Amino acid sequence: MSSRLPSWKELPIGAVILEPGSSRRYKTPEWRTSRPVINQDKCIRCRICWSYCPEPAIIEADKPYVTSANKRYEISYLIDYDYCKGCGICAQECPVKAIEMVPEVR
Amino acid sequence: MGKVVPLSGNSAVAYAVKSADVDVISAYPITPQTTIVEKLAEFIANGELDAEMIHVESEHSALSAAVGAAAAGARVYTASSSQGIALMYEIMFIASSLRLPIVMTIATRALSAPINIWNDHSDFMAVSDTGWIMMMAENNQEAHDDIILAYKIAENPEVLLPVVTALDGYFMTHTTEPINVIEREEALSFAPKRKTWFTLDPDKPVTMGALGDPQWYFEFKKQQYEAMKKSREVIERSIDEFARVFGRRYNAVEFYGDENPEVVLVAMGHVVGNIRAYLNKMRSKNSRVGVLKVKLYRPFPEDLIVRYLEDVEIIGVVDRALIPGSSSPGPLHSEIVTALRKHEVNTKTLSFVTGLGGRPVTHEHIGVMLSKLSELKDKPVSELPREPLFIGVRE
Repeated sequence: MSSRLPSWKELPIGAVILEPGSSRRYKTPEWRTSRPVINQDKCIRCRICWSYCPEPAIIEADKPYVTSANKRYEISYLIDYDYCKGCGICAQECPVKAIEMVPEVR
Repeated sequence: MGKVVPLSGNSAVAYAVKSADVDVISAYPITPQTTIVEKLAEFIANGELDAEMIHVESEHSALSAAVGAAAAGARVYTASSSQGIALMYEIMFIASSLRLPIVMTIATRALSAPINIWNDHSDFMAVSDTGWIMMMAENNQEAHDDIILAYKIAENPEVLLPVVTALDGYFMTHTTEPINVIEREEALSFAPKRKTWFTLDPDKPVTMGALGDPQWYFEFKKQQYEAMKKSREVIERSIDEFARVFGRRYNAVEFYGDENPEVVLVAMGHVVGNIRAYLNKMRSKNSRVGVLKVKLYRPFPEDLIVRYLEDVEIIGVVDRALIPGSSSPGPLHSEIVTALRKHEVNTKTLSFVTGLGGRPVTHEHIGVMLSKLSELKDKPVSELPREPLFIGVRE
């Protein structure tokens, strides 16, 4: 968010938004009371968190990862903390409990 | 000038809507409004009006479709009464907040229960906080003319607010009067169709109806407040222009009666005409009485009200709606008391509640109200009744 928001005189009337796709700029980290943290070692890359995330704020990244048991994955699931609202659905749905909701401390 | 034809109030409204060349009509039938949109459907079927008639399954949808059509840039019309207006309540706020210049007629009618299809101002008053400009006609010619005036005001880029034009159910909607019909060319020259508001256009995409969280919502309410305030000037200018073009003047507030009145009845709608007739009948008695007609209800023309009432001894406000539990259960009385108090005017006020659920306000009732005012005009404020006086109810 910019430091100074527009006054009522500067805004288009009727709360109309003139710029398409401007919601990309609307970031919601303040909405979270806790943040999902993925344990990459436990994660089995099933994609369930990715498909359940309502935002979607889970990114399927082409980022190889080798677990401590020496298993190699070609992808990693990452959280986009700009848009994650901390709803916890991913942690709830994860079949191997690889996602932990960690309280936000500010 | 157009020709003079005998028309019912509802037909008079429909003819004006036709002349305004609306693009979309979205409506659901309800007594006593039905014959407005019935007539409009007939115009479309006959090829006299090139508009889309959207048949919907409820008034909630009627106004929702009107919002959508106005958002797409159409000149839109709808009409309803009573329970239908109550069902539109939610969408009325959305129409005014999205700043869409919809025009809607309320054929005023009582609200249930008990079920009552007859006239009072319960529906009109119940939606007076929804952010719409609101006006009420006294006769069918005025109801006809108000439609053209309403589009002129609503679509003004300095306003962009929806407008309610009201006429009294049955007493006006189903009563025939000679109407000087405004023709299409005249209407469109007075209120040309211009897209003065943001519209949904694939070539120039905008988002309407988005979330406005605590960081944004407040600013849009302030904008609405300012637009409503600004509309007063635009309304005055439009009234002047209408009078110039069509030769008929409808002031926001109009006084009729003695030049230097000490007793004034304040009223809205067809009852004003009844009070005028009563005053004409009694004129020989040389009494200093008058009637103040309030045409414009939102924005409430408090400056004019104060100007007309500041030197009057006592006024009686005739309310045809009742808000139980309010500090003034007559809504018009409440507005007037606030206006007088704000301007530190000490005119005494009485609140009359009368004519609910279609009970006629007769000359006998008007006589009772005026005698009550004469009787109390020299009493100190402390001795005036604080409760409304119910005129015409069986005790």
